[in-house]
Amino acid sequence: MSELAFRGVRVAYGRGRAARFAVDGVDLTVRSGTTHGLVGESGSGKSTLARAAVGMARVADGTITLDGTDLTRRTPVRRRVQMVFQDPLAALDPRMPVGASVAEGLLATGKRLSRADREERVRGLFHRVHVDPGRAGELPASFSGGQRQRITIARALAAEPAVLIADEITSALDVSVQGVVLNLLRELKEELALTMLFISHNLAVVRYVSDEVSVMRAGRIVEQGPTGTVLADPADEYTRELLRSVPLLGQALDLEPSDAG
Amino acid sequence: MARKLTPQGIAVLLGLLVVALAVVFGDALFGEAATARNIAERQEPASLAHPFGTDDLGRDLLARVVVATRLSVLLTLGATGISVAGGVLLGVLAAVLPAAARRVAAAFIDLLLSFPWLLLALFFSVIWGATASGAMLAVGFAGVPVFARLVNTLAASVANAEYVHVARMLGSSPLRTAVRHVLPNIVPPLVVNTATHASVTLLSFAALSFLGLGVQAPEYDWGRLLNEGAQRIYLDPMAAIGPGIAIVLTGVLFALLGEVLSERGGRGQAVRAVRATTAPKPVPAAADAPVVDVAALRVAFRTADGSLVERVHGVDLHVGDGEVVGIVGESGSGKSVTAMAIAGLLGPDALVTSERLHFSGIDMTRPPGPAERRTLGLEQAMIFQDPQSSLNPALSVGLQLREASETHAGTSRQDAARRAVEKLRLVRIPEPERRVRQLPHEFSGGMRQRAMIAMGLMGSPRLIVADEPTTALDVTVQRQVLRALRDAQRATGAAILLISHDIALVSGFCDRVVVMRGGVVVEELAADRLHEARHPYTRGLIACVPDLTTDRARPLPVLEAADEELLEGVKA
Amino acid sequence: MTVAPPHPGSPRTAFVLRRLARAVVSLAVVLVATFFLVQLVPGDPVRAALGPTAPPETVEALRVQLGLDLPLGEQFTRYVGGLVTGDLGVSVTSQRPVATVLAERLPTTLLLAVLAFVVAAVGAFPIGVATAVSAYGGRRRTIDLAVSGLLGVLVAVPNFLLAVLLIAVFSVGLGALPPAGWGGPANAVLPVVALAVGPLAYLARIVHVEMLRVLATPYVTTARSKRLPPRLLYVRHALPNIVTASLTAGGVVLTGLVAGTVLVETVFVIPGIGSTIVSSIAERDYPLVQGLVLVYAALVLAANLLIDLALAVLDPRSAIAEA
Repeated sequence: MSELAFRGVRVAYGRGRAARFAVDGVDLTVRSGTTHGLVGESGSGKSTLARAAVGMARVADGTITLDGTDLTRRTPVRRRVQMVFQDPLAALDPRMPVGASVAEGLLATGKRLSRADREERVRGLFHRVHVDPGRAGELPASFSGGQRQRITIARALAAEPAVLIADEITSALDVSVQGVVLNLLRELKEELALTMLFISHNLAVVRYVSDEVSVMRAGRIVEQGPTGTVLADPADEYTRELLRSVPLLGQALDLEPSDAG
Repeated sequence: MARKLTPQGIAVLLGLLVVALAVVFGDALFGEAATARNIAERQEPASLAHPFGTDDLGRDLLARVVVATRLSVLLTLGATGISVAGGVLLGVLAAVLPAAARRVAAAFIDLLLSFPWLLLALFFSVIWGATASGAMLAVGFAGVPVFARLVNTLAASVANAEYVHVARMLGSSPLRTAVRHVLPNIVPPLVVNTATHASVTLLSFAALSFLGLGVQAPEYDWGRLLNEGAQRIYLDPMAAIGPGIAIVLTGVLFALLGEVLSERGGRGQAVRAVRATTAPKPVPAAADAPVVDVAALRVAFRTADGSLVERVHGVDLHVGDGEVVGIVGESGSGKSVTAMAIAGLLGPDALVTSERLHFSGIDMTRPPGPAERRTLGLEQAMIFQDPQSSLNPALSVGLQLREASETHAGTSRQDAARRAVEKLRLVRIPEPERRVRQLPHEFSGGMRQRAMIAMGLMGSPRLIVADEPTTALDVTVQRQVLRALRDAQRATGAAILLISHDIALVSGFCDRVVVMRGGVVVEELAADRLHEARHPYTRGLIACVPDLTTDRARPLPVLEAADEELLEGVKA
Repeated sequence: MTVAPPHPGSPRTAFVLRRLARAVVSLAVVLVATFFLVQLVPGDPVRAALGPTAPPETVEALRVQLGLDLPLGEQFTRYVGGLVTGDLGVSVTSQRPVATVLAERLPTTLLLAVLAFVVAAVGAFPIGVATAVSAYGGRRRTIDLAVSGLLGVLVAVPNFLLAVLLIAVFSVGLGALPPAGWGGPANAVLPVVALAVGPLAYLARIVHVEMLRVLATPYVTTARSKRLPPRLLYVRHALPNIVTASLTAGGVVLTGLVAGTVLVETVFVIPGIGSTIVSSIAERDYPLVQGLVLVYAALVLAANLLIDLALAVLDPRSAIAEA
């Protein structure tokens, strides 16, 4: 069991009079063993919500719980939620060999491993994300974008997370590489029964990986439900607008002005 | 990290060796010549026996300059050490203090930094007096703010780096994070700056001694020798120039050491501009010429090491009047380079060769004549990927719209301004009369892209080149921009060349799709027949992107080793 | 360049007010620092000033004259009170009021610094812009390397050394210009050149680098796509975008010039406050040192404030960006 639940979460930006809520009262549940997609445009607050879950943004109001444990307070349970970021180059220490970066993920488990065990684990993780373990001693600069992102996924997996948060992890990648990373997530989901919060601005990508989906706009969730239902029959005007905006291969774009906007 | 020594690195090493030898053995070898008084040969000008001349006690000045190396260098190192130690201490303190105290500390460092080192050094030398050790303290303390700021900035940037957040998220203790992440990323730039700062310190020290506020007789360093030499400059200019040479050379040496240590290494070699056509063809009349006519286009760039790298390997492209053509490809496919070559906007570092590279009958491989400039200025429009930077931030949107027609069509300012408002209205920018007076930063990203489109409509466009115009925008904004682009096309009949990585977008907007990969066109077909694509890359590109109908139960088809191969493509 | 009129509550007014406040706070810090300057001297400053042979009565008399016998608080009140009324104390060595010495010598130093700044600024822009335009995209590589190499060397040569070299060449060698003293325009040539060359080279390099940066931006490509004539491309599109960086560098240059007068005045024996501060430190004439340090610090703060104000007028975006 590993369920990540957001209840009435508000996150403020700025101080005093200039303060505004980037996340303004969000209720969202990532159920155990499922992938929950969170879709929204820039500034909608989706990344801030994710950062709040791993303690990188201060929660002003509400609770975030993992199987009932409150994560808004400093607790070792927090480490059971791990996050992968958009730009793998920024998320990897440029002066640390990638093997050491992945080994860093093992810290979160709290287990004391012998050097040999640690190396064995790291090698296994490299295999799991299809990167040659023989290259563990190299620096991030010598890998391609897709490989770097797979390495950061390996690091997150090393932490044996109960919930994995993927924040726009394919948006900085070329489309062909995006497919490789999405397939990897599929594999991991099947093999490890991973619970995941998958954040993206790309509705089609979110649809492909998610069991349930939430649509976020201006700090609030405007629509929520099983992926099939929400996309087939969106109740909210904004969701419909988003759907209309996704280009479909071989179909002329729908460029007529809409009411929402 | 093992790196190959550059010639510059070797020169710096040799120089340091010479200075080190002078420090260690200078006194033993030249000490006698530097102290032996010889009244018979006092105050002699430069000669073979005494290249820098002799001083008023007949001591050889060259020997004195060599012997002075030890004191000059040791005092410099001492002062640099004080600067670095004090700076690191103050910088770290300013980084770990609570927020309010941190701001005060930062403001204090700012204030100190606003004073030139000499004033600070003078201030401190009042306190510690005009002695060698006093001057060392003074110069050392005067350098503290520089390092405090450096450490503060470095620490802040590393502490905010995503990988440090990740380490914290993984439960890495503050101490471990500091040792494993912060230090390794702070120390190298600190070392580089220490070397550079040693150069400044050396000069500062020389200045203080020169002013008589540093080393006092009977001891002497280079600054003191310069001071003594300057007083007898009429008798023996070398007495002043000699120590001066020592100061400058050693200063430059330390500065170069900093450059060698820095990871940037030598500055990237600039490229030499070459433009040539293999077979110049007669230019047909512009009226019936196709909008774009390209045959066997090759574009190469000169890399840092001076070698040529070809990025476009023989592309043929044809765009007719009013045609909407999309070029699709991933990064490194050469799609943008091709478009920029057609627009004639590649920098002088690009080597363009082709059988034909024509826009409206104008040969784009040659510098355009006045009439051609006019045609290009009025008939070509560009829209780039990043709306943040494609409009000049210092000029009003209206001016940027007006200037092409004012320059090339001789339109009066009033008429151009009226036209600008009209065009902004065409791309559906609300309140265009007010908007023309605004600076670009007052526009949203989508509005800026639409303003770029409006700018292209000010002349009589035959071609609009749009290079990833919506990649940086949200999907709902993307629709508005594409709508503006379509309206523009319908209003003017201009052809459009749309560059994108998104094959679905291109298929939905264009008449014809050109698929590029690794600098070549792999396939070209009508947009509505994309599902009949034959080339495996085109089919892979279509299949590997999920859309709203993709079967979620099956893995996405993967382009053969896409990842690694693309990396190769960039290198090749 | 669009220069919008400032109005109350605008980011620019706020920026100017903030900078004014900062200058005032800085000045207060400087006041305290110069006051404590004498207190910080290890041992007895009066004894240090008069030397070990002076009789105790003389030392005591000077201590009373300087007010060093009073409690610290009272000393400070007297110090600040004196400043307000223009009383900066009396020089120990010459027995003349510090304010009089300053009034005599400050104009010379200011003239020197301003002349050098004008030379540096007027010289740097054309050189920086021309070299950047000709070097853009790797054209004329040899010229570019030669010019940037020369500028690099000129930045590295300290002004006192350059001053000595100039004297060696133009006064000793050619006998063309006076090596020392102050009076006619001929006296000013070498000191101004010695002061201006380094800052000129520094500023030219900044302009060069900034210009290259701006020429590579997409908005300059946009301007190129309009096939604008070079005048519009460089003057209208590129220049306004290097204003901020150039002005900031100009601030560094200006404060550096103010400090540089200390060395150059000493070399050329010019009776300005720069040569005076050196001799007063050597003679431990603390009232004079205090006054001079205060004036120098105030000049630096004024130069910084001036640059900030220029920034607010010429490039309002930087003010907005800060807010």
